[in-house]
Amino acid sequence: MNMFLETLIGGLLAGTMYSLVAIGFVLIYKASGVFNYAQGSLLLFAALTFVTLTDQGVPALGAIAVTIGLLVLTAITIEKLLLRPLTNRSPMTLFMATLGLSYVVEGVAQGIMGSQVRALNLGIDDLPIFLGDIMISQFDLIAAGVALAIVVVLSLLFNRTRIGIQLRGVADDTRAALSLGIDINRIWQIVWAVAGLVGLVAGLLWGARQGVQFSLSLVVLKALPVLIIGGFTSIPGAIVGGLIVGAGESLAETYIGPYLGGGITPWFAYALALVFLFIRPAGLFGERQIERV
Amino acid sequence: MSEINLPAAAEPIDQVGLKVLTIVATLALLVTAPFLASEYWINAIIVPFLILSLAGLGLNLLTGYGGQLSLGAGAFMMVGAYATFSLQLRVPELPLPLALIVAGFIAGAVGLAFGIPSTRIKGFYLIVSTLAAQFFFEWLFLKFPWFYNGNSSATIALSRGLSFFGLDANSPHGRYYLTLGIVALLTLLSFNLIRGQTGRNWMAIRDMDTAAAVIGVPVFRAKLQAFAVSSFILGIAGALWAFAYLGSASVQSFGLTRSYQILFIIIIGGLGTIRGAYLGAGFVSLLPLALDWLFQHLFSGHVDAGLLQNIQKAIFGLLIIWFLIKEPEGLARLLSLRRTQGARRRLFPS
Amino acid sequence: MKRLLVAALLAGTLLSGLTPASADEVSQYIPLPTYRVGAYASSGELWWAGERDYFRYINEVEGGVEGVKLNYEEFETEWSPDRTVEVYERVKAGKDGSPLAFFFTHGTPATYALLEKAAADKIPLIDPAGGKTETVDGTVFPYAFPLLFSYYSQASTGINYIAEKVGGFDKLRGLKIATVYHDSAYGRASQPAVEVLAKKYGFENIQIPVADPGNEQSPQWRQIREQKPDWVFLRTWGVSTVVALKTAQRFGFPADHIIGDVWAGSESDAIPAGTAAIGYSALAPYPGGTDFEIHKRLKAEILDKGKSDLRDQKLFGAVNYNIGLVNAALAVEALRTGYKHFGARPLNGEEGRWAFEHLTIDDKRLEEIGFKGLLQQIKITPTDHEGGGAARIQSWDGEKWVLQTDWIKADHELLNPLIQAGAAAYAKENGITPRTPETETN
Repeated sequence: MNMFLETLIGGLLAGTMYSLVAIGFVLIYKASGVFNYAQGSLLLFAALTFVTLTDQGVPALGAIAVTIGLLVLTAITIEKLLLRPLTNRSPMTLFMATLGLSYVVEGVAQGIMGSQVRALNLGIDDLPIFLGDIMISQFDLIAAGVALAIVVVLSLLFNRTRIGIQLRGVADDTRAALSLGIDINRIWQIVWAVAGLVGLVAGLLWGARQGVQFSLSLVVLKALPVLIIGGFTSIPGAIVGGLIVGAGESLAETYIGPYLGGGITPWFAYALALVFLFIRPAGLFGERQIERV
Repeated sequence: MSEINLPAAAEPIDQVGLKVLTIVATLALLVTAPFLASEYWINAIIVPFLILSLAGLGLNLLTGYGGQLSLGAGAFMMVGAYATFSLQLRVPELPLPLALIVAGFIAGAVGLAFGIPSTRIKGFYLIVSTLAAQFFFEWLFLKFPWFYNGNSSATIALSRGLSFFGLDANSPHGRYYLTLGIVALLTLLSFNLIRGQTGRNWMAIRDMDTAAAVIGVPVFRAKLQAFAVSSFILGIAGALWAFAYLGSASVQSFGLTRSYQILFIIIIGGLGTIRGAYLGAGFVSLLPLALDWLFQHLFSGHVDAGLLQNIQKAIFGLLIIWFLIKEPEGLARLLSLRRTQGARRRLFPS
Repeated sequence: MKRLLVAALLAGTLLSGLTPASADEVSQYIPLPTYRVGAYASSGELWWAGERDYFRYINEVEGGVEGVKLNYEEFETEWSPDRTVEVYERVKAGKDGSPLAFFFTHGTPATYALLEKAAADKIPLIDPAGGKTETVDGTVFPYAFPLLFSYYSQASTGINYIAEKVGGFDKLRGLKIATVYHDSAYGRASQPAVEVLAKKYGFENIQIPVADPGNEQSPQWRQIREQKPDWVFLRTWGVSTVVALKTAQRFGFPADHIIGDVWAGSESDAIPAGTAAIGYSALAPYPGGTDFEIHKRLKAEILDKGKSDLRDQKLFGAVNYNIGLVNAALAVEALRTGYKHFGARPLNGEEGRWAFEHLTIDDKRLEEIGFKGLLQQIKITPTDHEGGGAARIQSWDGEKWVLQTDWIKADHELLNPLIQAGAAAYAKENGITPRTPETETN
């Protein structure tokens, strides 16, 4: 029983790490209807920039400030050169464009900052904490706390600020928002910058765990089932989806894996997502759309 | 929502003549190509180009005509390749062409199974079903030694090579003609399918499935058909990729990057067109080589090689974005624009 | 404009087929399929730096191999076997009048993919410390050279080291040894050898797979904690090594009881793991460090003259850089053997095979070329395409790899029957008649 509980808790905590990545997707999808495949590359770019700066002796806070500045610049560039010319194109064209974007971001980031693996030490030791017999990772606990904090901050941003309300307007009905005089281009810039910021946080946490290197950009593949389960448009959905995927994966590898020869995590999350989709085709928290002719 | 593409008028006679001439010239070129190009061109560029075109064609039936987004093209190619291997190994009586067809049917059946969710799920949510196929088969074919006959490298290769009915297609020319024959046959098949009721059903669903259902298109059946036919073609393309091009293959040959590559092909070439698959495949397979050549000659030795490779990658990405912005309906439209300057089609109503 | 661009690109590719030949001096062509982009670039970058620096040193300081210059050229593959096949097709006919004497695959999957093609084209595939283990048997695989250290040897050397640590082979009985492996053909390649070893020495063999890419391994290491193995043999690659070490620390498994294999034992694996890697040991057919004679020569002639391909000179002597050096040296010594026999001119594939099959690097030669300690003694024969089969053990002290032992040899008497059986099965399946090297002339 303890083994089960530990696996479950460990999985749930690991799941929040997936949620962190998924939140970045949700933000962008909500505001601009783009499934942003380049989120993983942006995450890599952010973490790589931070590490490169700190390696050069820049203090952490300064490095964060510079990285944020660069992320904002990137967001503005993407909006101007990619989103604006592609307005009103099919979602698939936009998706493909972000695939192209991921090549550009990866190429530029690795070209300039090199492809060596860098260590990233956030000063959080990954030591076990014991609750009775149950072992919990301190690092995962902190990551979960960070994820929670981000959700709180983002929901405050959306519900309490003027920009947030405009953003929700854009998300609900772009045309109506435009006719009310909302500067949709600026909203996009802001959202992409915020998504980059969330990517930075996720990138730092994942980077501390596995080193800052190219494979950071592959965590998008972990985030996709999370999005599917939680719905593309809901931040709480991303959290719940992450928890479900994390716990599901962990339990499946421990209890089902041995019967199938193990190593089933890559597809298990997707199979889980499929099951959820059959029950709720728009995700747990996604908006259902009524179809008319 | 979308305009219907009607031929503006009957083509004048001289244009028909021109068309016939072009077709004859193309055919002549295709048949004599092996004698004009070097072995490297046939082995490493023309054969893979033809196979990628075929794969693009397969995906285009599903995505371009049927409107169902798929990121699992690699998975269905993989099924085709492994099925061919298994058939050749375990049912040696079956000649290669028949084995390819059976493998195609197996891939088609698998595609059908993974297409079932499409009856309930739409758009980006559908990606998950196809991605599940992608990761599931990568795992399956690597996990169980039965699929690769338990050899230590987990790769598959046809021990008897490409020979059938007493013919030996192992030479570069043999592989070229084998590939060309299959690709031509399947292209013809697709043409017929698209122009018939099946194709029209698919396009109706693509343009608006609710409306299609209202006017009596069997949506459920047509979607599954699209998955099955598309996977059939992808399966055969996968088998060709493994045995006519690479010689031996592993699951890595059909990974996620392969699926993206096929998707790139049809988007750059032109969704919902047959020739788009060929144009796109040409673009995707030649561009990296051309960039590589260009950079080698311009900068080699002067600039850090790692930087050079990364810049190349970034340029490839930029070109794709630029292309999507400038020519959203792909190379196929670029060509047709020159000829007809007429009816416009819109895919994927937004 | 668009069409113009496309046309220009097309013209570019067409031209790439017909580069002019410069006839004044014929050099040996050595194509290098490399990966400076993508997930594996971190290890690749240093590897190519090592190879290029050594080739450059041979060309510029020693005036080539027996007077023949080396003409090396890189091709990006992103570690994809399919793209390596394309490169192979592009280069197999040689260049500028030089045929291809051998082809570095720079990755096990690429070797697997090219095995049949290269055998048909008679071009030796060189994949030191990798490749398909059965190809050690050169009678069935004349054109495959998994030099230095096969995957079976890795398992055997690992067990030998553990035996040394616990005080003898008899102490292995009853121990539990777990192998945490990357779930791929590479990761599983050592399994048959471990099985045989487990039977012979009576230890319990636990195999735990990690699915690619392996960035979450709690279930695996929870299983380790449940089963309490005495030692863990780590056969991961890339990010899965870093995560394995970190997760092991979290689950309280001591790093000094984890032994990594060749491809899990570089700076790229240890540095990002931070404190979790301290005490971690790895098999080192390519030891890290700059204390070898060749490093002094390279430092003086290449690095200090600003000719190195290294981006960051701090990484001089890193394990991956030394991999490049050793591989390049093996190629150079083989070519030298060939030039002495056939004359100083570019070799073709068949001559390349002869050269590799007669490659001998003894202690004296190691001293001469400055590789003493960095490279083991090599003797390749037509029946043994491995030619070494030993590794040193190094452990990570938090900053650098520190060598712990001298060369530990694998148990070839035990492994050879396994290799021969595998090769024979392959020969039967593919209708190959094993050659009899004794009767060959030349």
